[in-house]
Amino acid sequence: MSEIPGDLKFLKSHEWARAEDNGNVRVGISDHAQGQLGDVVYVELPEIGASVQVGHGVATVESVKAASDIYTPVSGEIVEVNEALADSPETINEDAYGEGWLFVVKPSDRAELGELLDADAYAEQLENEDH
Amino acid sequence: MTEKTVLNATHRALGARMVDFGGWDMPINYGSQIEEHHAVRQDAGMFDVSHMTVVDLHGERTREFLRHLLANNVDKLKAQGKALYSCMLDEQGGVIDDLIVYFFDDRHFRLVVNAATRAKDLAWIEQQAKAFGVEVKERPDFSMIAVQGPNARDKVIGLLHEVDRERIRKLGKFVAAAAQGPHGMPLFIARTGYTGEDGFEIIVPEEHAVALWEALLAAGVKPAGLGARDTLRLEAGMNLYGQDMDETVSPWEANLGWTISLDEGRDFIGRKVLEAQKAAGVKRVMVGLVLDEKGVLRHGQKVLTANGEGEILSGSFAPTLNKAVAFARIPAGEPGEVRVDIRGREVPVRVVKYPFVRDGKPCEGI
Repeated sequence: MSEIPGDLKFLKSHEWARAEDNGNVRVGISDHAQGQLGDVVYVELPEIGASVQVGHGVATVESVKAASDIYTPVSGEIVEVNEALADSPETINEDAYGEGWLFVVKPSDRAELGELLDADAYAEQLENEDH
Repeated sequence: MTEKTVLNATHRALGARMVDFGGWDMPINYGSQIEEHHAVRQDAGMFDVSHMTVVDLHGERTREFLRHLLANNVDKLKAQGKALYSCMLDEQGGVIDDLIVYFFDDRHFRLVVNAATRAKDLAWIEQQAKAFGVEVKERPDFSMIAVQGPNARDKVIGLLHEVDRERIRKLGKFVAAAAQGPHGMPLFIARTGYTGEDGFEIIVPEEHAVALWEALLAAGVKPAGLGARDTLRLEAGMNLYGQDMDETVSPWEANLGWTISLDEGRDFIGRKVLEAQKAAGVKRVMVGLVLDEKGVLRHGQKVLTANGEGEILSGSFAPTLNKAVAFARIPAGEPGEVRVDIRGREVPVRVVKYPFVRDGKPCEGI
């Protein structure tokens, strides 16, 4: 399994959040999650401008095997979505923490970031899931 | 307690993701199931199917026994090595399992049945065999490797002893023969499969399975997991027991009518019920569905038709077609505009005749 980048925060349900310099939060799914899902074939993304609530399902990632709801780690407004995934959803399998990002939220309450797991805590959760 | 095939460590060394399948620890993929699917459609792939159950039947009345046990007629098997696909039905005409039967001689036939149904199949076969004095012998000493794809036969033949090559090259579809593999290992090679591609299913003594796998790997055959096996057989229009049919389903409602042999005077188990069903007309039919929009059809989704609701049996993204396809069981009659409920959204689908893919190419109208 690839290293978990130290600047990321996580939901228990395997979404990652990256706080960017401009204050926005980029969201994707973890490398572990893409491995569990297998080959991704279709991604349903939210509308730009949509208002989203922390912990709510806002996107769907479908692999050959299963459909998986994606929860937003922070509340706010969707300001960007990864349009490239429409043609190449497999990018999520190839680069989950980079080019395989899903959407960007302009957060309404940055304090919500503090509620998320840090990289070490997420790694520990994965350890425990394995046993 | 999870069972393991003799190739378990080999799969793990190849980086396989393992899952529980009918009580067996099996590879679902070795990285990408879509790449494995394409390898089988375009070149050659191999599957460990050692979890499947091999049963040898011995006795003077074995043919007579199989005439009674199976819905298809074993009298179609006249030449040694010939194989037949059949359902094994209960008294109510429900499907206990589907299987392949191989003919060796009138005192010896071989069955290959599903892994997940092993215990109930063996119990049923043994119970029925008593009256015919037929010995039922499971063969856990065998492993099985399916090698499938347009180049599969060539790659296997290249590994055989020279004296066997021409004979195995000439093997007809649904025929099996013995041959010598690498290091003289004894193989039972059948020109059968579950992918819609040409190829072989090879039964090999367990102690030689790893060496055979390694030789195939060295010959350029790509390991493929159960994930690819499922999308390949769905595209090829082949039923999966437990998902597309079971004891609650008549073969008429599972598009298996072609395997039912209502030949004169043969009293096979389930026949009376099947004849009555045929006379009355079946209420449900199995159809193929294609989704042209984005999204994935999946097992259990509701299908809405002019005659009422049906449901998706097997459904998946089909890598060869780059869209989703499914088998569905729906009420009989003209279905009208058909839609599938995908997580609360009603999505239009096309009802089609399947197979969806044959010999690497999408079928007409798919």
